[in-house]
Formats: sequence, C-alpha cells, structure tokens
Amino acid sequence: MASRTASKDIITLRGSAAIVSEFFGYAANSILYNRGVYPEESFTKVKKYGLTMLLTQDEGVKTFIANLNTQLSEWLEAGKLQRIVLVIMSKATSEVLERWNFSIQTDPEVVDKGVIKEKSDKEIMREIQAIMRQVASCITYLPCLDEPCIFDVLAYTDMDVAVPFTWVESDAKLIDNPQMVKLHSFDTKIHKVDTLVSYKVDEWDEE
Amino acid sequence: MEAPRSGSFPTAKRCRLVPRPPPAPLEVAGARGPYMPPLCTKSKNPSAKCYGDRFIPDRSAMDMDMAYFLLTEPKKEKENTDMLSPAEEAYKRLLAEKLLNNRSRILTFRNKPPEPEGMVQQLFYETLTSSQTKPARKRRHIPQFSERTLDAPGIVDDFYLNILDWGCKNVMSIALGNTLYLWNSADGSITDLVTIDEDDGPITSVSWSCDGQRIAVGLNSSDIQLWDTSSNRMLRTLHGVHQSRVGSLAWNKNILTTGGMDGNIVNNDVRMRSHVVQIYRGHKDEVCGLRWSGSGQQLASGGNDNLVHIWDVSMASSNPSLGHNRWLHRFGDHLAAVKALAWCPFQSNLLASGGGGDDRHIRFWNTHTGLCLNSVCALLWNKNEKELLSAHGYVQNSLALWKYPSMVKLAELEDHTARVLCLAQSPDGFTVASVAADETLRLWQIFGTSEDVKPVVKTDNVRVGPWGTDCSYFQGLIALVV
Repeated sequence: MASRTASKDIITLRGSAAIVSEFFGYAANSILYNRGVYPEESFTKVKKYGLTMLLTQDEGVKTFIANLNTQLSEWLEAGKLQRIVLVIMSKATSEVLERWNFSIQTDPEVVDKGVIKEKSDKEIMREIQAIMRQVASCITYLPCLDEPCIFDVLAYTDMDVAVPFTWVESDAKLIDNPQMVKLHSFDTKIHKVDTLVSYKVDEWDEE
Repeated sequence: MEAPRSGSFPTAKRCRLVPRPPPAPLEVAGARGPYMPPLCTKSKNPSAKCYGDRFIPDRSAMDMDMAYFLLTEPKKEKENTDMLSPAEEAYKRLLAEKLLNNRSRILTFRNKPPEPEGMVQQLFYETLTSSQTKPARKRRHIPQFSERTLDAPGIVDDFYLNILDWGCKNVMSIALGNTLYLWNSADGSITDLVTIDEDDGPITSVSWSCDGQRIAVGLNSSDIQLWDTSSNRMLRTLHGVHQSRVGSLAWNKNILTTGGMDGNIVNNDVRMRSHVVQIYRGHKDEVCGLRWSGSGQQLASGGNDNLVHIWDVSMASSNPSLGHNRWLHRFGDHLAAVKALAWCPFQSNLLASGGGGDDRHIRFWNTHTGLCLNSVCALLWNKNEKELLSAHGYVQNSLALWKYPSMVKLAELEDHTARVLCLAQSPDGFTVASVAADETLRLWQIFGTSEDVKPVVKTDNVRVGPWGTDCSYFQGLIALVV
C-alpha cells in the first residue's frame, strides 16, 4: 500500500513533459475560446483539471495543437524548451495584440542525471487548475478583441536545437510597451511553468 | 634614457634608414624620443626641432603628423583584429547573448493554424455577399409604395371598361368620364384630348395603336373614334360596328378589334371605307377583355359570359357576312367575367386570364396552374423578367407580383383603397400605371429599372406594324378622312 502511494507521486521527466504539453494544449484551447479567436460554437466541453474545459472541434486547429504538443513533448523531454508563447494577432493587420507567455524552467539535474522527483498528481492538477481559472477570468481585464484575430505559437528553444522540418525561425512578435499580468505558476518539480500575459494597451483609455 | 627610447619604438630600425639631419647641439637635451621619430619625413623644417628645452615646450618640435599617427594607429589595429579574430567574435557573441538574453531560438510552425472562418457577422456577410449573390442575380427591390399618384377624378367605376392605356410613345391615355386625357410620362404634361358629347359618353375604352401615334376611343354610344395625337385631330369615326357600348379595343397592325356589349368582336381595317373585316361571334354577353398575341396571329377575348375565346387569324373567313368565324379554343373554366387577359411575352402560346369577383383565379392556358386569388381586374407580364402582375378588386384592392412559372408571390402592393380597374405598362416595361375606383392613378416602378436588368426576354408583344412605318397606309388613312 505504501509503495503504491509512493509510486504514484513519483514523476519522471517523460511524465512531466506530458503534463506540461497537455497543459499547454488545454491552455491554448481555453485562450482561443475565451478570447473569441474562433467561434464559440466550434468548441465542446470536456472535464479536465476538475474544471469544464473547452476543446475546439475545428479539425484544422485540432491538428495544429496536436502537432504542436508532439513537438513540445520532445523538446521538454530533452530539456530544450525555454518558453512557449501563444500570440494573438489581428487578422487584417497582423498586429500583435496579446502574448500568452509560458516560461519553462527545466531542472537540469533531471535531464542530465535522470534524477527522479516526487510530486503528487493532485497537487500539480490543483496548480494547473488555478492557472486555468485565471486564464478564463482574464476576459475581465484584457481589452476587447473586436476584430477578427488569428493566433500563432512561438517556441523558444535552446540554441543547439536542430530546427525540425516543419518549423521555421521567427521573430519574437513583441508588443510595444505592453501591459503585463503575471498569472499563477505550476511546478512538476522537473518543469516549472510561469504564465504571463502581455497585451496591447487600449490607447483611448489612456487619453 | 637611451635604452627605453630605442626599445620602446618599433620604428627605431626604420629610423636609421632615413637620412638624418645633422645633429644639433640641443637635440639630445630636447625631447628627442617621442618628438623626434625618424618617421617624420614630412616635417618641413627639420632644423626647427633643435629648439626648446626641458621646461620650455617647443611648439615647433611637436610633430602633429606623428601625434596623429600615434593616436590613430593602435585604433586601426584593434579594429582589424576585431574583424579577423574568431576568438574575439565568439566573445562578442557571448557578450551579446548574456546582455540581450538571446539564448534561445524562436521557432514557429511553418504551417499556420487555420484562420477562423465564418468569424462572426462581418466575415460571414462578406462571403455571403461575395460568393452567393454573384452567380445568382441580386433580387431587386420591389417598392411597396407607388412612385407617383395622380388624381383621377370622375373615373367611371365600371369593371367592364378599359379606360387606361400606355402607348409606345410613352404617352398614357386615360378616360375620365367623357374626357380623354393624355399624360406624357416623359415631361408629365397633360393634354385634354377630347371631351365627348354627353349623348355619346362616357368613354368606355381607349387603346393606342402599335406605333403610338393614333388612339382609338370606344364610346358608350357604340361609336369608335380614331384620333391622331400628334396633331390632336380626329381621323375618323367608325359607326355602327356594335349595337351598344364598346368596352374593349385591341390593335393588330392596321386592324382595330373592337369588343362590344352585344358580345360581338369586330375586326376593323381602319384603312378601308367599309372597315369591318371580320366578326367573331362567340360571346353571349359583353366583351370586356381583348388582347392580340405578340405575333398578331391570335386574339384572346374574355367576356361577361365567363368565357375566354382564342381566335386565330388564319381561320377567319374574310367575308363578314358569313359570320361563321369559329373560335380556335373556348375556355369555360372561369366562374366570372374575364376582363384580365395577358399574353406572355416570352412564350408566344401562353395566355394568362384572370376571372372576376366570383372566380378569383388566374388561369394559364397551355400550361395549367390555377391560383386562388380575389377578383382579378387586370394582368400584365413583365417584359424583362418572367413575372406577372395582377390587379385585384374587392377584398384586397391590391396588386400582386408573381414569379412565373413557379407562381411564387413576390410582392403584394396594397396602396389602392378601392378596386383596381386597369393596368398599363410603360413602353420600356419598367413602370406600371394602375387606376382604381379610389380615383387615383398610381405609377409603380414594380418591374425594376433599366439599370437593374438588361432585357433578357425579347419583347415581342410590342407590335411594330405598318401603322406608322408604312407610309402608304398612313396616307391612305388621311386620304380617307379628307
């Protein structure tokens, strides 16, 4: 019995990578839904992290996120991923309106020496849940996206990563003088994910 | 003093190669080292270097060129190594990375996520307007109100009369009581053409000739007058054609067909002194609807006996005395008087007829569509679209626009407050005039505008006959009158 509970709390690099990439998939879906990038009716509800999460049913978006997750897991397992950024841009002008920044700190010990860490699933889920709640609640302060938008995902990797065939190097797609809000973090003891949203300030509010 | 001087200067060797000026007494004591590099070959006055001492600076001993060289030389060297040395390069890069926090590679998918399609209203409408309406013509706007309303005081509210006609010269004629008015739709001018004597009136029918020059006026007295509208002159009067009032008229080239209350239909050749060419006997009651087909081959007549007859020119005997002209078809389906008759402009053998108050049907002959309507007073085909306009009396007093052959009601126009008596169409086919018992004449832009449609249907019901184009006929007529 004791060994069973113990084994449950053990977290491997691989498992951690899976948690992080899965988290990113759900977070991306949630952002796309909450920010109205894709029409509301293209999402369906699923239970996840003790919350009702929304997942897109749009085949194109689904494939995009699935491919992304595969690649992210690979990099996470190698400890090469530093940051994932989901960028929301205006469809018409390609102006960057929002950047959802997920910084990832990988414990180098685990990658290099294969050290096994312990953290219960439950605890991780609770932390992720807090982030998801925050993501959903962001609508209250983020400026309205009142024009058709598109999104893109940037992955910040170590310099020694070979660029996969389906990927290209990109610029950072930064926002000039952005407003930033830091959200909760979660930590698998292997990967620590900090969430931060930066957005373009509504000019007319400043006046 | 000697050693550092020679050692510190890499140029010392070269110095010796340069011919030296003869040693001057003060030279050694002066700043020979830094100030006197043998390199200063350009020095214009080497002798000047001999002046000055330890405490008194000698300006002339300062070699500005050398100073410049010493100042700039090392700089250049440094730059060169910067460019060339890989170690320096690596260091620089490392420094930049440290300072600019540029330790990562930013990657993104080559394939971008799909753009949100049908992204709410905006985009949806864009695609809707661009893709859907381009192949299918945009549905034209059907105005719900008449464009213009003219007063028609004293109109004779009689179902059986045909007192409105619109000639191809764009002049509309309307009979109000005993007076015939011409309304030029181009400039809106009104001409009072003729007022009939009390005894002969009121005017029971008017009809423009095919060229729009002449107008036939049927009277209550059974006389028919022919007027030339260009000179406002009466050309002739046809007497004794009918025994009672002439409620319907129709032109077919030089033939004026008249329908009387006596149930007879008479073809009059207006060029001839004895003008009666044929008599069609078939109706037992007043003839209230007469229409020649577009080809001029067939005549449709409707009567108060609820019958519709089709008369064919080729079957007619030229001897009126025989009186044996049989109809080609007799349609007895209507349950009330048939006044509204209209030949289809795009299908020559298609006739629409609408029955009166008890019938409330439009029937299509040679096709077979019956529709429940209220009393049908008049029918018009749209010359430009496959549409039919019907005018109704009792109950609704409206105009209805129908799509043919689907018979979908496109619009219902309820502007008249009493039954609509007659309809007329402008020569271009776009404007429709309706006159109703509410004593108004309304103009409708119901068949679209010329910008809307370029005519797809050849308008073969505009009969261009010898009348007007054939001079001999016109002369003959004048001769007859004179």
